[in-house]
Amino acid sequence: MNSPSVSTVRTVDRFQKFLAAAGWWFPPLAFLALFYAWPLARILSLSFARQGQYAPLFNALFSERTLHVLGFTFWQAALSTLLTLALGLPGAYLFSHYDFRFKGLFRALTGVPFVMPTLVVATAFDALLGPRGWVNLGLMSLLGLSRPPITFANTLTAILVAHVFYNTTIVLRMVGDFWERLSPRLTAAARTLGASRWRVLWHITLPLLSPAVLAAALLVFLFDFTSFGVVLVLGGPQYATLEVEIYYQTTGLFNLPLAASLSVLQLVCTLGLTVGYARLARRVTRPLEGQRVHHKLPRMRTWRTRLWGAALLTILSAWLFLPLGALAARSVVRLERDRAQFGTVQRGLTLDFYRMLNENPRRSLFYAPPATAVLVSLGYASATVLLSLALGLPAAWALARRENTFARWVDPLLMLPLGTSAVTLGLGFVVALNRPPLDLRASPLLIPLAHTLVAFPFVVRSLTPALHSIRPRLRYAAALLGASPRQVVRYIDFPLVGRAVLVAATFAFTISLGEFGATALLARPEYPTLPVAIYRFLSRPGGSNYGQALALSTILMLLTAAGMLLIERLRIAEVSEF
Amino acid sequence: MSLLITDLHKTFDTTSALRGVTFELPEGQIGALLGPSGGGKSTLLEIIAGLQSPDRGDVRWQGRSLLTIPPHRRGVGMVFQDYALFPHMNVFDNVAFGLRMAHLPPDEIRQRVSEVLDLVGLGNFKRRNVTTLSGGEQQRVALARALAPRPALLLLDEPLGALDRALRERLLVDLRHILRALRQTALYVTHDQEEAFTLADRVILLREGQVAQQGSPHEIYHAPADAFVARFLGMENIFEGQVIPQGEAWGIRTPFGVFPIPGVGAPPAGRVRFLLRPDGFTLTPGSPGSLEGVLREVSFRGMRQRVVVQVDGEHIQADFGARVVLPAVGARITLWFWPQEALQVLVG
Repeated sequence: MNSPSVSTVRTVDRFQKFLAAAGWWFPPLAFLALFYAWPLARILSLSFARQGQYAPLFNALFSERTLHVLGFTFWQAALSTLLTLALGLPGAYLFSHYDFRFKGLFRALTGVPFVMPTLVVATAFDALLGPRGWVNLGLMSLLGLSRPPITFANTLTAILVAHVFYNTTIVLRMVGDFWERLSPRLTAAARTLGASRWRVLWHITLPLLSPAVLAAALLVFLFDFTSFGVVLVLGGPQYATLEVEIYYQTTGLFNLPLAASLSVLQLVCTLGLTVGYARLARRVTRPLEGQRVHHKLPRMRTWRTRLWGAALLTILSAWLFLPLGALAARSVVRLERDRAQFGTVQRGLTLDFYRMLNENPRRSLFYAPPATAVLVSLGYASATVLLSLALGLPAAWALARRENTFARWVDPLLMLPLGTSAVTLGLGFVVALNRPPLDLRASPLLIPLAHTLVAFPFVVRSLTPALHSIRPRLRYAAALLGASPRQVVRYIDFPLVGRAVLVAATFAFTISLGEFGATALLARPEYPTLPVAIYRFLSRPGGSNYGQALALSTILMLLTAAGMLLIERLRIAEVSEF
Repeated sequence: MSLLITDLHKTFDTTSALRGVTFELPEGQIGALLGPSGGGKSTLLEIIAGLQSPDRGDVRWQGRSLLTIPPHRRGVGMVFQDYALFPHMNVFDNVAFGLRMAHLPPDEIRQRVSEVLDLVGLGNFKRRNVTTLSGGEQQRVALARALAPRPALLLLDEPLGALDRALRERLLVDLRHILRALRQTALYVTHDQEEAFTLADRVILLREGQVAQQGSPHEIYHAPADAFVARFLGMENIFEGQVIPQGEAWGIRTPFGVFPIPGVGAPPAGRVRFLLRPDGFTLTPGSPGSLEGVLREVSFRGMRQRVVVQVDGEHIQADFGARVVLPAVGARITLWFWPQEALQVLVG
């Protein structure tokens, strides 16, 4: 039996432990309460506040316009998802069943579209297929046409094509990885039991694959459902998803109650989709018992498979890589028609578009040369890195110790911002942080705070496994091998955590650079970020505006690619949870 | 009436898995494909099942080539090392799969599934989820599933490899009973000689894609064809000697003295390799052959003990029963043997 003094000591001990844990939890939870929960509460209260007969939410729910927007949001998301599956599933089969030259490189490259900022993607497709893009200009000069023969901008096709561009990699990775883990012996067993190829596909492969396909489809649907930049820029004014409608209602019409109501609608939809996805994803990651057999993949041997594989890889490359290449190439090539001489095109390499970024053509005092957007973006991104590390490190540290049930409850809570659309986050800031004591409208921290909210789940997810991996035993082992406490920190703790911190910082940096949804609502005209500046240039007429949009997009693309490359290089295999 | 494998070749990318394998397995017999890992055993099974195609050679059953028949029409059943149970089906549906593929009526399927599950001792497991089964139970289900459609030939690819020793020995005995009772023609792949010897009528020893030796377990154990086979069977005492005439018979001059060569007929002339069987020695004086040395090592292995004796700079292994009293390590010891039993000239 414990003597009373011992149990008192234990209680005190436990209390001190609790205090220590609370100390770690306080900064991140306070941040989420202030900048996530409070804005959402404001949105809710706005949409439920009684105005006349009904609250704005119910007015919105019964308005024809809202129903139309909601219908279109679901429709385009469903269509995009189906198309993504149609391209992604054959790709997943190819990657999981065959080995071919440059497969690793190819696989890595298919991840590039996924991380590209929406404005870059929009500009890239415009540079390829838009009225001033390669294809149209090429056809015009080839066939002597006076108008672009292909209408791509402002069509549903443009939205769908860009969505497939974004999300194909999800299907390739999720379904492909799962497919590769399915033991080929299962199909072999079915074959020896008398099943033909088609019956194997129907009775064995499809049922086993379905959770992965469903999970991937749901995730793709979720991304398409909350897509903002692509629809805003490529879809043009006649197509509005919920996200875009919230943006219009906020910035164009200043109808904040309606915008808030739409946000609630959006939240409910995404919440449902996220919960469904989380359930399926858990089933997908559950290992299939006794099937972890490593096997070497064959090369494509027969001519039929070779032809089929080559065709598929060509389509994938054209869809996923060509737009980005077109963007970079288009930004250094002059292809404009000279207005005076109809029909002739001045061609040639040029760096004019980049040079223009530094100019202030009208000597306007209020005009910020576009190059400032680069500086503004870098500044915001740096602030985001500092903020998200300051909040993410304590959160990850507390999570990594996972010694109490509290941590298990808080873990999904920290991931909530991930399931909330960026425009909703931005709107929350607009309606919640506009009066003392929290009037941050003019604060330079407003945008970094919003970006931190978006980056926070990624930062925590990158840090936690690394912190978790420092088990006491590693330290003991180092100490027993003769390492002094300082050497333990230097050779064990620091290398393990240092890389993860760098990965997390890069995540925060690149997310901040490309963030558009929240920024579009929050950015002040004199301090545009890169995506905001690109959006402005794209919506203005004229060749030089277009050229500058191309140049800025290319810069943003390269910065993002560099960031992601750094993450890939630094990430320790299997330590990260992404 | 048999399975006939002739001159099978198979190359993957640059490595040869099979380099001219030929053997025959009479109907109703159990064959064991024995050999170290990487010897091409699994590839051979996959070719017989039709899951791979050979570069050269033929697989015949009852005189007919199987190579042009797709795997689902071959009537060859297979038990996989990782069982490959369909995780989305329960035990009953797994076992019924092959019968359903054959479009049998539901009544017949129910009856046959019960029959084979009873046979493997899992009669009341029908509704169980296969992922909740233990390794041994999964293995039995896999066997039942393969047996259900009454395959003409059953292939087993190291079916006991993933199980612990005690369970393996029990299942091995059960497997032997079941296959014998059904007079099932079966080909069993393993790297464990005990498994092969316990189960098989005929052992085919594979080395680097070629048949090193084939025969009954008894033949192979008592007359290993070459040094590889002897070493694979755990007999390490392989030395070189010179064949010399000894009166009317032949003898061999070894580092340990001159001994008569057993058997009739002329052995290969010149320098040859020979084996001293570890189980051919005794400590009781009186045999014509003897080796004197120092006892260096004793390892106790339950039913027997293996000793290492140093004789003139060479190390010789010898096995004795568990009850034999040995001198202390480091003491002098004399190993007695009958050359006819213990000494064997190797061809390879």
